[in-house]
Amino acid sequence: MSKEQQLHDTLEQAQSNGQSTQADRMGSGADERFNSKLRQAFGSTPFILTKFDQFMNWVRGNSMFMLLFGIACCSIEMMHTYATKHDLDRFGAGVPRASPRQADVIIVPGTIVSKFGPRMKRVYDQMPEPKFVVSMGSCTISGGPFQEGYNVIKGVEEIIPVDIHVPGCPPRPEALVYGVLKLQEQIRHGESAPVTVKPYELEQFGDLDRDELVDELASEIDEEDLVMRYNWAESP
Amino acid sequence: MSLQEPTPDLDPGENPDGTLDYDELAGLLGEHVIDREQHENATAFVVRPDEVETVLATLKREAGFDHCSCVTAQQYQDRYESIYHLKKYKDPTQELSVVVPTPSDAPLSQSATGVYDTANWHEREAYDLVGIEYDDHPDLRRILLPETWQGHPLGLDYNQKKPQIVPLREHANPVEERTQVPGDSDTMFVNIGPHHPATHGVLHLKTVLDGEQVVDVDPDIGYLHRCEEQMCQQSTYRHQIMPYPDRWDYISAGILNEWAYARTAEEMADIEVPEYAQVLRTMSAEMCRIAAHLLAVGTFALDIYGDFTAIFMYAVTDREKVQNLLEDLTGQRLMFNYLRLGGTAWDLPEPRDEYFEKVRDFCEYIPERLEEYHNLLSSNELFQMRVMDTGILPPEEAKSYGCTGPVARASGIDYDLRRDDPYGYYDELDWNVITDDGCDNFSRALVRLEEMRESARIIEQCVDVLEDWPEDEREIQANVPRTLKPEPDTEIYRAVEAAKGELGIYIRSDGTDKPARFKIRSPAFCNLQSLEVMAEGEYVPDMVAALGSLDIVLGEVDR
Ligand code: SF4
Repeated sequence: MSKEQQLHDTLEQAQSNGQSTQADRMGSGADERFNSKLRQAFGSTPFILTKFDQFMNWVRGNSMFMLLFGIACCSIEMMHTYATKHDLDRFGAGVPRASPRQADVIIVPGTIVSKFGPRMKRVYDQMPEPKFVVSMGSCTISGGPFQEGYNVIKGVEEIIPVDIHVPGCPPRPEALVYGVLKLQEQIRHGESAPVTVKPYELEQFGDLDRDELVDELASEIDEEDLVMRYNWAESP
Repeated sequence: MSLQEPTPDLDPGENPDGTLDYDELAGLLGEHVIDREQHENATAFVVRPDEVETVLATLKREAGFDHCSCVTAQQYQDRYESIYHLKKYKDPTQELSVVVPTPSDAPLSQSATGVYDTANWHEREAYDLVGIEYDDHPDLRRILLPETWQGHPLGLDYNQKKPQIVPLREHANPVEERTQVPGDSDTMFVNIGPHHPATHGVLHLKTVLDGEQVVDVDPDIGYLHRCEEQMCQQSTYRHQIMPYPDRWDYISAGILNEWAYARTAEEMADIEVPEYAQVLRTMSAEMCRIAAHLLAVGTFALDIYGDFTAIFMYAVTDREKVQNLLEDLTGQRLMFNYLRLGGTAWDLPEPRDEYFEKVRDFCEYIPERLEEYHNLLSSNELFQMRVMDTGILPPEEAKSYGCTGPVARASGIDYDLRRDDPYGYYDELDWNVITDDGCDNFSRALVRLEEMRESARIIEQCVDVLEDWPEDEREIQANVPRTLKPEPDTEIYRAVEAAKGELGIYIRSDGTDKPARFKIRSPAFCNLQSLEVMAEGEYVPDMVAALGSLDIVLGEVDR
């Protein structure tokens, strides 16, 4: 006999006995005093007082779908975090999804360079709301060891907003687990990153200085085009 | 029948003792050689930019230089220069460089693509980063930087701080309108990557399909071009460069890469490494190789079976074991930074016996695990059906594309720098080079699995040696000046056998404590080029398998 069937039968039996489910569940030994007035008033209905969005936040924090997203060296440690030993799944965050449309959290594990920046933005844009970002490694904070590279974006925050930064080169899996736990905590409390990121797509060259490079490009590029700026040194 | 030994087949210019007679080689080329230079590793012939193809073709056809290991491009104050580093697959110690100077105002040189297929990407990279143009190159576009990039960042007059602007039009959704190849209504254009689980990182494959068959595949790389060469050029020899090699092939293969730099710089500065340190290096490097091959096998299984299944998890579990050993030794899980010029950072962890025991246990454990992997992979019928006879890479093609490492060895090319161009402690130890002539995806997986067994053997022998090493002779570091300043204009190209194949480094010094040119020859870069041979005519899933079997790592491809 299945469990439900059993439960169902017991309930039916109890009702036909004229006994309330509540009394039945309390059994004989239970102390009356544990039964609050409120509970008596509502019978045995399990009743949780909460706001719906609080409840949703709690749920979100406990069931996060990660995006399967590997960029550079940090992604090796990220794989180790998902796999045996560290097993991120223990914390309700271990199901990597290959498609951004099914993911809630993107861990950015590595250096972002000029060619990849726009692609990452596209991936991020494809994720459904609400979405969260964990940046993993020094590269995603500032460019890390490659900060002076001509081609390297100085931190992922130039492109997408970040909730949690995990420093390290690479961070140990334990550090990433800690970061994810912190993110869950944040989500449960209904906090998420303040979107202070400046828009990286600028119309008509936006606030860029009209230096000779811009002028040269202006003749080639349609005025309506979106462009991406590559001098992070001066970004505020 | 005569009892005389048959004279071994000698190429022109080859001495019976395996060295090269450069005068004879110069004689072979006649007038084409306009000058000679002496590099640390080989003699270099200077040739005119419009005779490159003739010279290289002669050297390849008649003198047996079938391996174009690397093409280095650089700019001097008064000229540009391309250097073709040639070797032989049968004996990589026979080296020859061909230097092609071109004037500063018109850097145009003949392309070598007609002779070596591998020159194709090397020359594109030279054009992209340094700005030399190659005549008759089939496809001279940028390879690492976005198409709209202005200037050539490793040229002398490039301002590395200058802002760049790239219109997003270039990065618009590439699939939107281009699903059809113009003028050919039967085929379909598909983008795979740069964000795709099967591409092992950020690789973009522009694929043309006919039905389900691959007609053409064009790997688009550069999504992880982290300016490694620039970084190394602005760091000092002694300490600052060493952390970067860890980040080229980042699949735990750090020490193997560090060794490439250590070997090159040590040879350049004439540093003699103590033998004890060489044993330590050999042991730790082989641990790295095991870790790297485990991940290669694990992700290959992931590509074939398509989910985070047992084999991948097993591989990662075993990696954790070897990473623990490496962490005990170096203090790091992934970016070891363990080697120093002239030695290693520190000795074995105390208590030594405990560590030896752990390492021995691991070495015994590996063959057991290999049984398991063989059961799960190579003797699994499903796996065999998927990977046997797909992704064929014939040996001739592999040589022309400059393939090395397990990829070459799985095509029956018996080439391993650890044996053929010995360094470290390898020639004192007893181990085998694994080859297989299947030439297909299956062989490549098989070679990697078996190489792990050999690596475990090497480690075990190293432990034996280390255990018996007298206590007062444990010298881990040679005397190295605080600031290294090699003689100006010393040029050297040296390679080691990294996890993916021949990892070479070219350094030119200018008398300061930083290299004037630092060029990385990445094995994965060359191996990836051969994907088109393997994939054309195959089905899409077989192409994915071929890509997995190449075991590329984008940090090394893009550098
Ligand atoms: S932070 Fe370090 S380990 Fe991570 S991607 Fe950057 S260089 Fe690699």
